[in-house]
Amino acid sequence: MRKMTNDQELVQAAGANVGELIDDLDKTYPGMKERLCDDNGNVRRFVNIFVNDEDIRFLEDKATAVKPGDEISIVPAIAGG
Amino acid sequence: MAVAFSPGPDPCPFILPHFPPRGLGPFLAPRREDALDFGPLEAAYDYDAIRAVLTRDVIEGREESMWRYRELLPIDGEPTVGTQVGFTPLVKADRLAKRLGIRELYIKNDTVNYPTLSFKDRVVSVALSRAKEMGFKVVACASTGNLANSVAANAASAGLKSYVLIPADLEQGKVLGSLVYGTNVIGIHGAYDQVNRLCSEIAGKYGWGFVNVNLRPYYAEGSKSMGFEIAEQLGWKLPRHTVVPMASGSLLTKISKAYTEFQTLGLLDANQPFTIHGAQAAGCAPITAAFKRGTDIVKPVQKPETIAKSLAIGTPADGYYAIHAMRETGGAAEDCTDEEIVEGIRLLAESEGIFAETAGGVTVACARKLIATGKIPANETAVLCITGNGLKTQEAIIGKCGEPRLIKPSLREFEELIAGEVAADAAA
Repeated sequence: MRKMTNDQELVQAAGANVGELIDDLDKTYPGMKERLCDDNGNVRRFVNIFVNDEDIRFLEDKATAVKPGDEISIVPAIAGG
Repeated sequence: MAVAFSPGPDPCPFILPHFPPRGLGPFLAPRREDALDFGPLEAAYDYDAIRAVLTRDVIEGREESMWRYRELLPIDGEPTVGTQVGFTPLVKADRLAKRLGIRELYIKNDTVNYPTLSFKDRVVSVALSRAKEMGFKVVACASTGNLANSVAANAASAGLKSYVLIPADLEQGKVLGSLVYGTNVIGIHGAYDQVNRLCSEIAGKYGWGFVNVNLRPYYAEGSKSMGFEIAEQLGWKLPRHTVVPMASGSLLTKISKAYTEFQTLGLLDANQPFTIHGAQAAGCAPITAAFKRGTDIVKPVQKPETIAKSLAIGTPADGYYAIHAMRETGGAAEDCTDEEIVEGIRLLAESEGIFAETAGGVTVACARKLIATGKIPANETAVLCITGNGLKTQEAIIGKCGEPRLIKPSLREFEELIAGEVAADAAA
């Protein structure tokens, strides 16, 4: 993914929830949404998204609300075990 | 707001297909057609080329270690780390079979795997041999204990610097069993899944070889050796049923792959059916829960609570694949309580003389349920994969196996102590 962000590990994005953030990211970095979401728009099975260290699957998935200053981490889920 | 990208597959070396010079080894490919989804990479092999050189005779002529199947393990050259790992005993467990109510039962006994008494030596042997080929100077892992022990020991013997990251509340035996090798043990205040996530973030940033992050596609293949050995030790045939403990779900998936590979290569009868069952602890059973719900969507467990800490992975990376492996082979997933885990440990110890860690208790307890419910029919053959040694998880059973009876060094006291038992034995 960092190839899309010109190797930046930290970028800024705007939106009221995680879904809107992804849309906003996709505007700035075209192709980003396709990497993160499947054809139905759901976050891909092997992508973990955290809002301030909490997995969005324990919150409200893409509807999880975000506010200015929140940190959202996107981590591939292929590790461990 | 800030969006942080963890170093994913992009900067990691394993994303590049690796075409081995010998023409026999594997290359890595996405498991499914959609390479965009961040799903795991899978080692793929040229089975036609391997079929031409790998026969039963060739394998039987080699040293008794997991590396007798080296054409099916993803390194380029000869193994350099953990060359003596594997080929643990397959024990015919007649007494336990009777207790569980099944005709024929075997224990694949990785409690005595070399050098750190768990199946993790298999995966680490592959990962570190590959890490050396790729030029890593520092190796690391996220671990619930057994993997940390194995990385620490094997890295020490290979002269590699290592870091092992573990949840801070692990069993003493597993913490000490890493520290002794001079590794860098970092305890994280958090659950395994948080350790795991941190390691994903560290892996790319520091360029270390994390065996279960950026080396994971190589590492995971090492688990196949357990399946290869079971088939060979049964006299080149498959058990009808295999029961495997599930943490990430990787071991189960790879044992299924091992059986299939041997069939593909003509080393086994390709028509012999096999069934793989999975076992989890009720306090952290995301894969079993999804299986029982009839779905392949694994809902993470936020706060695992079980004495089987080595299986306490709330977000299992291979849960999806494990569920498919069980379904496709007609298997089932089961779970058991902490009490049943302790019973399982004692049952295995008392009937077969094998002291397993908590994960072994899970496997025995779940096998018992699978047999009792007919999912493993009583007139068939099963193998239980026992993956770790009980000396490492003593806390789980302290006070639950009785206490020694204490006397003075006096024959009179001894005779008083056992008089009742002697009389009972005489009457029996």
